[in-house]
Amino acid sequence: MPLLEMRGLTKHFGGLTAVDGLTLCVEPGEIVSLIGPNGAGKTTVFNLITGLYPPDGGDVSFEGQSLAGLQPHQITARGIARTFQTLRIFTNMTVLENVMVAQHSRGRVGLMESILRLPSFRQEEARIRGKAVEALSFFDTRLVGFRLDQLAYRLSYANRRRLEIARAMAAEPKLLLLDEPTAGMNPHETLEMTRMIGQLRDEKGYAILFIAHDMQVVQGVSDQVVALDHGCKVAEGSYEEVVHNERVIEAYLGRRRSGEGQASAEAEPR
Amino acid sequence: MSTKPDWGQFGKDEWAAREEARLREAEAAGRLSFRLRRAWKDMDSRLKMLLALALASTLPLFVHNPYHMRVAGIVGLYIMLSLGLNVVAGFAGLLDLGYVAFYSLGAYAYALLASPQFHQHWPFWLILPLVIFVTALFGFLLGSPSMRLRGDYLAVVTLGFGQIAGLLLLNLDRVRLPFLHLEKPLNITGGPNGIINVDDIHILGYTVETATGYYYLILLFVALVFLVVFHLDCSRIGRAWRAIREDELAAQTMGVDTRRLKLLAFSVGASIAGTAGVLFAAWQGAVFPSNFDVTILIILYSMVVLGGVGSIWGAVSGALILSILPELLRSPEVARLMFYGALILAVMGLSRRAKMRGLALLGGVGVLGMALKVTLTALRPEWFLQPELKLSVARSTFAPLMRALNWWMLFPRDSRGIGNAAFVLALFLLLGVLRLKGTGQYVLLVPGLYTLAFVWETRLVEEPSVTRMLIFGVLLVLMMNYRPQGLFGQRWVQRL
Repeated sequence: MPLLEMRGLTKHFGGLTAVDGLTLCVEPGEIVSLIGPNGAGKTTVFNLITGLYPPDGGDVSFEGQSLAGLQPHQITARGIARTFQTLRIFTNMTVLENVMVAQHSRGRVGLMESILRLPSFRQEEARIRGKAVEALSFFDTRLVGFRLDQLAYRLSYANRRRLEIARAMAAEPKLLLLDEPTAGMNPHETLEMTRMIGQLRDEKGYAILFIAHDMQVVQGVSDQVVALDHGCKVAEGSYEEVVHNERVIEAYLGRRRSGEGQASAEAEPR
Repeated sequence: MSTKPDWGQFGKDEWAAREEARLREAEAAGRLSFRLRRAWKDMDSRLKMLLALALASTLPLFVHNPYHMRVAGIVGLYIMLSLGLNVVAGFAGLLDLGYVAFYSLGAYAYALLASPQFHQHWPFWLILPLVIFVTALFGFLLGSPSMRLRGDYLAVVTLGFGQIAGLLLLNLDRVRLPFLHLEKPLNITGGPNGIINVDDIHILGYTVETATGYYYLILLFVALVFLVVFHLDCSRIGRAWRAIREDELAAQTMGVDTRRLKLLAFSVGASIAGTAGVLFAAWQGAVFPSNFDVTILIILYSMVVLGGVGSIWGAVSGALILSILPELLRSPEVARLMFYGALILAVMGLSRRAKMRGLALLGGVGVLGMALKVTLTALRPEWFLQPELKLSVARSTFAPLMRALNWWMLFPRDSRGIGNAAFVLALFLLLGVLRLKGTGQYVLLVPGLYTLAFVWETRLVEEPSVTRMLIFGVLLVLMMNYRPQGLFGQRWVQRL
């Protein structure tokens, strides 16, 4: 049984069909990358999975159960966590707090226990802290130590991206949705992040669905690649299969005008 | 930090390495200021609160005037109210303009259940939990529209709710109930006349009657509310509130049930306000609609903003400053002392790097004043008053200051007209100071400061109620310009 399954997922924005009958599966422990030109509907797919938008058609099921009608926080509690393309860290909270928030749905302590500081509160607080530090330690020493108590806006851009991933990890998901984790990073950082994504699967055992524009990242870690264009799936398979697919090239580079010679149709992108 | 960068640490996370080295260095040097600051920072807020409480509880030893004890009581109530508002507006970032309605709800609930109005005399320990429950419920109801509304829209809805509550208090004095054929309309809230003869609080066989008794009771509740707010702030719930304030959508996708937590914030804030209301009704022995008008709301928001939105100590200190300051202004001597003290401090503070310049500036203002005084009183003595010191002042510690003032300041006969003109002049002079740069600035500042002092003497000291509002405004404007995060708040970064 696939971990995540989308069947005929559809979303309209007015006259625009952002996602058009998308069917996609993510198996446990698998990295699936979602590629496609700008406006292909990749982020909309993420928003549909995490419940930020209700789908207009089709269904998303997670571990065999439909996610239809669930609130975003309920979906997170089921085991899906995401990052955002435009960073959405809690700027005026410390690094540690940022990550501790993600443990919210794993906590049970209520108002009275918090006010009275009962032992149950102390225990849970210690557990949440431990989980948060564990998630942050994944990035070596970059986010721990004195950084724990630093306000998040003090972090560098790359560290904010890492913080977002750590925050998603602290939600204890089974599936991670990473929206362009390498956007705006330099080649060195991109390489490091690519390795990290591989480690997330191999060491932590997450299934990962991620959006990427950088083909080297896609090539580096993907078990499966899915290409979208205008909300439709145009190709899926291994990296090699997808990048040589004619419809993918067409989506990125456009169609040759007819009669301009078929011979050079095999032109590589770039 | 004059150490050269250690090139060996470059590449990995160079800045982090340097920061750690700097910390180690400061630690090793063991500078006293550093250690003290570290110790103060590491001290548990609850311990600090206990210290403050111990200090505050000795107040009745020094203050014997019952009026001053009553002022201390209302200061405590303001601290409670701003702590509660800080939960809604500070932690959760919800602009709740109906907050005062919960305050009035608590006060009127106590007044109705413990006064001759309906011949009910319920005990305090029964009313308090009831009020906490009912205000929390109303907070929940008011919070419900906030599920769909954000920012300004929420503010408008809650403001409407607050206004409705105020109107109800004013108009529920002649209610005609359908089907019940009463002889005369039912008087519930007493309308503008309010409810009087509210019972004192009986608690554990002891009746709280004196101003000092109420002071201690209020102090106890301030401590309780502080503890509740502090514990909530560093709990799972407090973190979730701050996450909602920072980015509601991200909080939601991180598993925070934003709907529930926003309602919780409204309820907690409302029940704190309700508790303060109960204490207020008993403390004042009466309740009137005018106790709960929009001015209170504005003052409460000023307190929270001045102290620093989202900071507990900020809420406490904001409430302290903005509730004590207006009381101090009641005495012209104290007000003068504060005004000139603040002026001198401001001048010295602004010319911190050029102390001589600051001193020269103050000397210039002094000389200008004396020169004006001597020449103008010699030329036109009929224009000016020569005020004598009041006997009470001449004997007090303020006497030297007042004598110096008489030598320096002009007191025109027509203080009103000339004071108004000087006010406009002062504004233009100070605006000019802001526009100019370099030496011109300092030169212009001399007449500017003198005119400001002149306006203060001729107009502002005479009308404390106007001055109070002006000082509120000036204080907030200065604060928002030079320290927008408030006294204790952390710097607010929207998005980088």
